[in-house]
Order: sequence, then C-alpha cells, then structure tokens
Amino acid sequence: MCLGIPGEVIEFLPDQPDLARVDVSGVRRVINIGLLSDDPPAPGEWVLIHVGFALSKIDEDEAAAALEFLEGIGQAYEEELAALQESRIE
Amino acid sequence: MRFVDEFRDADKAHALAAKIAELCEPGRQYKLMEVCGGHTHTIYKHGLEDYLPEAITLVHGPGCPVCVIPMGRVDDAMHLAAQPDVIMTSFGDMMRVPGSSGSFFDAKAAGTDIRMVYSPLDSLKIARKNPDKRVVFMAIGFETTAPSTAMTVLRAAAQGLDNFSIFCNHVTIIPAIKAILDSPDLRLDGFIGPGHVSTVIGCRPYEFIAADYSKPVVVAGFEPLDILQSVYMLMLQLAQGRSEVENQYARVVPWDGNVVALQAIGEVMELRPYFEWRGLGFISHSALRMRPEYSAFDAELLFSVPGVRVADPKACQCGEVLKGVLKPWECKVFGTACTPETPIGTCMVSPEGACAAYYNYGRLSRQRVKEVTRS
Repeated sequence: MCLGIPGEVIEFLPDQPDLARVDVSGVRRVINIGLLSDDPPAPGEWVLIHVGFALSKIDEDEAAAALEFLEGIGQAYEEELAALQESRIE
Repeated sequence: MRFVDEFRDADKAHALAAKIAELCEPGRQYKLMEVCGGHTHTIYKHGLEDYLPEAITLVHGPGCPVCVIPMGRVDDAMHLAAQPDVIMTSFGDMMRVPGSSGSFFDAKAAGTDIRMVYSPLDSLKIARKNPDKRVVFMAIGFETTAPSTAMTVLRAAAQGLDNFSIFCNHVTIIPAIKAILDSPDLRLDGFIGPGHVSTVIGCRPYEFIAADYSKPVVVAGFEPLDILQSVYMLMLQLAQGRSEVENQYARVVPWDGNVVALQAIGEVMELRPYFEWRGLGFISHSALRMRPEYSAFDAELLFSVPGVRVADPKACQCGEVLKGVLKPWECKVFGTACTPETPIGTCMVSPEGACAAYYNYGRLSRQRVKEVTRS
C-alpha cells in the first residue's frame, strides 16, 4: 500500500478522461490520473502510482531505477503487483 | 531469514560513507530519525547502518500507517464488518493487524465478508456491483493515500452511490513529528523526511522543524544511495551549524507538493480534534475525518461504532519502537512470541514496520553485536 510503483501510460480510456491504462512490469491495468490534472501525462510517459492513482510524473530513468529497486525488495513488491493484478478499476 | 543484499552501487556507498565519517565531530553522537517505514525497509534490507560511522544512529520513526493504528480502531472495523449486509474492503496490509479478538483474516475465515482490494476504486466497484449490500472501505494511510480516498468519495458522490462509505483512519505526518520533537524520551539531531508523503504535501510543512526546533530535515528517496546521500546532507548541515529543509528527492517531490491532491483532501476531509496513535497516544489535529458535507459516506456516522479504547497487549512494546525509543530486537517478544506469521504488535505486521523489516532481513547489526558481546 505504501509502495509507489512506476507505470508507463499506454492510452486513455474513451469517455473517461481521468482513467488511463498503464503498464507496470508487464501488467496492464487501469488507473486514475485525476490527481495529475494540472499537468496530465501523455501516452509513453511514466507515472508513480499509489493504490490506483497516479501521484506524480517521473522520467524514464527514474522509473527504471525505481523498478529495479522494487524488484530488489522482493515480497512487498510481489504482493503489491499481485494486488494490482486483481484490480479492475472502471 | 534472508541475507542482506550487497547493492549495485556499493562502491559509491562506501565513498559517501567516508565523506559522512569526515563530518563527525569527535566525541559527538548523532541520532537521525527516518520517519518513513519505506526508508526503514531500505535501511535494514541493505544493512545501511553498517556503512555509517558508529557515532551515527538511525532511529526508526512512526511513518508506518498500519503500525500506528490503535487496537480500538481495529476492533471498530471488525464491528463494522460484522453488521448485516456489510462488505468490508481493505488493503492487504491491514488484513493481519490484530484487534482484541483477532484480525480481518481471522474474521474472514470465520465467514465475515471482508475483501482485499488494491485501490479504493476497486471498493467502489464492489459497491456498484452489489447494490443490495453496504460496502465499507477501511481507509488507512498518511497523505500518500488520503487523496485516493478523497477522489474515490468524489467519484461515489458524482455517481450517486448510496451504499458506499469510508471508515476513515487517515493520519497526518506533521503532528506525529511534532509529538516526537516534544517528547522528552528522545533527543534527535535531524530527520530523513518521508519521500512519498512529501510528493503530496511538499517540503514547506517541515519548515517549522528547522525554524522552531533548529533541526535539519532532508526529504529522501528510497534507494540505498538516496538514504546515504540524505545522511550526508544532514551531517553537512550539522557540521556547518545550519538547520534547513532540503530536498534530496527533487526528481519526484515538488517543493509545493501536489496541489490537486491537497485540494481533494481538503474538499472531502477535515482534521479531527484528536486521534489516538499506537505508542504516541492522543495527538491533537493529527488525523482526518469526513466533512459534514460528505457525511453520507462516513461509516462512523452511518453505523454505530463502539469507539472503545483498548490497551495494547502488555508484552507488546510497539509504542516504544514507534517512538524510536526501543530498537525492534530490544522488545521482549521480538522474534519469539511475535513474528510476521503470528504478530502480536503492528510493527511486525506491515513490511514497512520496523520489527518486520528487521526480522526479515535480520542480521547482527553493530548495536546488537555490542550487546551480545557485553552480555
């Protein structure tokens, strides 16, 4: 829950401007990007996600570093990814 | 037990450690508190204390939101979950937190409808799919997760949902830091400021620590080098007699935070007059509740909640651990009666809890080595 996980924005959902499909370590799920409405991310940009909400935009290098760090911490990240896999935000 | 990983940039870490050592004033002891549980996790996982000179002690703070939930609130949540037609929803982190009559997992095994969700938005979806049920979301966390809860309530209101509510246990980090600064138990020299919380609140709220308490704060990222770099920045301030707020994690944390997120929190929630924190006791204006305009989504008003204060188990010393007064292994039940599989206290439940982090990546740290050799 406390982990910020990096995801790459793939596309926005039609008719739902605050929802976007992102790719997190190969898992594609829908998240809410409403908290970035001041400066919305474009497809191909990276965001840091907390419990289904993008909280900040990050660059690709930071995303790669954050991902490497998360993969290194093991169980807590695996649990977060497993929870994300169950998520079906709409 | 797992071995602590040598990380990729160990050479850089040793170079930073040497620079840190040069900044130590001979004969002076330094206590630096990392407020965030994520930082605690990194410190134990990578054995960072072993890179630091003996004069520097890292003290683990109260920044694990699961750990600071008092037992009475867990009991209240269990009571809510047991009400007719209720589906209780919760982050996975909360499932094993013991109340006085077991955890969410225990209640779920006994047939109570408690479901793990990744996001409050998943909880909202459960409410939409189950119009004949009353869905309650157990909201926990600091300012990192509070905006998500607020945005979810705004969405529920926009969709006109009337079977969704929040059991609000969101806490705010600044009053907890102030309580620790005002506590006579602990003399700290500086703070490693929380990374993700600061993404929302920014760096300005810490300025009172530098201005009123003359202690430096460095907001830090989560990688091992981030933490060592932050320790270096704190030590440099101390050596130069400065006390300022600095941002080591500027690549993610904007100085002013996330204004949209702060507005969402302010729209939906307000400060409670006081809230009980495990270990720290009652702290005024330290937690959030729903604003009257959103009372239709406030589980505490929709249902009767016992609200009984429950003392922690006598053997459990989570309170002292959360205040940084005790190290995890100094607790009497650490690793014996209290383990991640059968936790007695909250600090052993969450992976960000100091006890679980130490247990999982357990090794003889230098303090422990000293104690063992002494006894």
